[in-house]
Amino acid sequence: MSVEAKQEPIIQVEHFKAAYDDQVILDQVNFEVYPGEVFAILGGSGCGKSTLLKHMIGLYKPAAGRILINGQDIAGVSGDERLKLLQKFGVMYQSGALFGSMTLLENIALPLEEFTNLPPEAIRLIAGMKLERVGLSGVAGRMPAELSGGMQKRGAIARAMALDPRILFLDELSAGLDPVTSAELDQLVLSLSKSLRITFVIVTHELPSIFTIADRVIMLDKQEKGIIAMGDPHELRDHSPDPRVKQFFTRQIVGNLAAPGTSG
Amino acid sequence: MASTSQTSVDLRTEGSRDGSLRLIFTGQLDAATTGTVWRRAATAVTQANAKDVVVDASAIDYCDGAGIALLVHLRNLQDKTGRRLQIDGLRPEFASLLDDSVPETPAEPTSKRSRRGLVEEIGEGVVEIWRDIQILVSFVGELSVALVRAAIHPRSIRWRDAAAIAEVVGVNALPIVALISFLMGLIMAFQAAVPLRQFGAELFIANLVGLSILRELGPLMTAIVLAGRSGSAFAAELGTMKVREEIDALKTMGLDPVRFLIVPRIVAAVAMTPLLTVFADFVGLLGGAVVMRSLGFPLITYFHQVQYAVSYGSLIGGLVKAFVFGILVAGIGCQRGLQTKTGATAVGESTTSAVVSGIILIAITDGIFSVIYYYLGV
Repeated sequence: MSVEAKQEPIIQVEHFKAAYDDQVILDQVNFEVYPGEVFAILGGSGCGKSTLLKHMIGLYKPAAGRILINGQDIAGVSGDERLKLLQKFGVMYQSGALFGSMTLLENIALPLEEFTNLPPEAIRLIAGMKLERVGLSGVAGRMPAELSGGMQKRGAIARAMALDPRILFLDELSAGLDPVTSAELDQLVLSLSKSLRITFVIVTHELPSIFTIADRVIMLDKQEKGIIAMGDPHELRDHSPDPRVKQFFTRQIVGNLAAPGTSG
Repeated sequence: MASTSQTSVDLRTEGSRDGSLRLIFTGQLDAATTGTVWRRAATAVTQANAKDVVVDASAIDYCDGAGIALLVHLRNLQDKTGRRLQIDGLRPEFASLLDDSVPETPAEPTSKRSRRGLVEEIGEGVVEIWRDIQILVSFVGELSVALVRAAIHPRSIRWRDAAAIAEVVGVNALPIVALISFLMGLIMAFQAAVPLRQFGAELFIANLVGLSILRELGPLMTAIVLAGRSGSAFAAELGTMKVREEIDALKTMGLDPVRFLIVPRIVAAVAMTPLLTVFADFVGLLGGAVVMRSLGFPLITYFHQVQYAVSYGSLIGGLVKAFVFGILVAGIGCQRGLQTKTGATAVGESTTSAVVSGIILIAITDGIFSVIYYYLGV
């Protein structure tokens, strides 16, 4: 952390507020992400993790505050400027969101076709290399529906990496996957982070995954509508004074959630 | 305890000396049997008229969620009158179920739809329609910009997608369009034959069929088939993409969904609708020809009569309509798809809405065209 603190942050979230209609989801959220780190957004269901992510990637406009990526306000830029900013990051959606009408290879080739003037054979080669990188070169010709859940997510990571972005946003990296597959994805994230120095922002609530890959985490809370903890996940687990944080990391229910009379 | 094999429940009520009411349940109080005593038990408690009620549960040898619900219900009824309900002899394992079923009254379903006045409902309806119009206007704007841009840079259109869609929209629709138009020509000719025969004017069946098919029914039926086949398909495809976050993925990749998904569909539909209409016109006339032939007229007579009756104006007028219908049906289908909220039901709603709005738009536009053509003398 101390090393990274000297660097310029690559993402800055300042006084951010998210609301649907009148309902405030998050308020006064402030944090920074530094280049090269694996940053995880944690929290229970409905605390606004995915909402925060969707604002960070520019799908929604914040109700207040701003989100800077590479120093540029994602909600404030438009036209070509926005297009350039969008190409600085890639997104893996919760469901993978590979385009169902195209093969896996075509999915990965799409951003290259749209935003570069590379010849078709170069695009095929690059797309093939991306697939190789995530271990899917054997199924390049298949349609997304013919792939397993883990393969779809890896394909989605490959597509997100097509234009070699500096940042990858991963929504629910390992939700709904078996432990082995999700461990494979964790390894993939670690190796990409090491070899390509990609900055990762990951939304997750899978504990093993958090402890394996995350350098730093923030934890959101539904009641607080904001961040209740920030820092190294191991340290938070062992030393956080906040019972809600301890509860999350130790998977123990404390307080009024405990069901009475369940001992019998 | 003697009746463990009993699969039904029995309820007796008796007044006791201290003026309270006793409800005695015997047997199995489970999901299958509770219904048989629910009303009676509830009525008995209501009619007890603020007396204390004692439930004798010692002869209940099985009790599940439904049974517990009955006991909770009785207790709630008593709470309303301010009197007590005492449950005696309930076995401990069932009693713990009852304790877990918190004493609060179960929340009334807070449906937004209930308890709205007529005025409120009308107001809400108007707001909804107004919002829909706003969305449509902004969609038309976006679409126009995208179409103009596509016309300026034709290479930016995804022609491969457009061709694939055109095949589905056009070629695959041939059988159903053929069937409907053929039958329409045939039926119209048959229906007209009877009255026209009284005047010896059967030859004019050709005028009737020719004019109505080319000017009106050819484009109209093609458009309605298009709305049912392709408008719905567009809405379902885009709706599913929306639900599966594929639209979001496009947006964050910097690809405009309107240019990427909607323009190829509109181009395909607009190219195919007039072609399908020509085909529908031809097959419809063929249907008329079959009837004329069966009435004893040679085909050449029918052919000449049709040629005499209809002008190029009628044909072109019909095709212009078809062109506009194509834009409307494809546009509204795509718009409804993009507007889809989350979940599988939302996709169904979008699809239905695409077809219904498509047909309404076709009907309104057809009316407008009739007026315009009347004044233009087409």
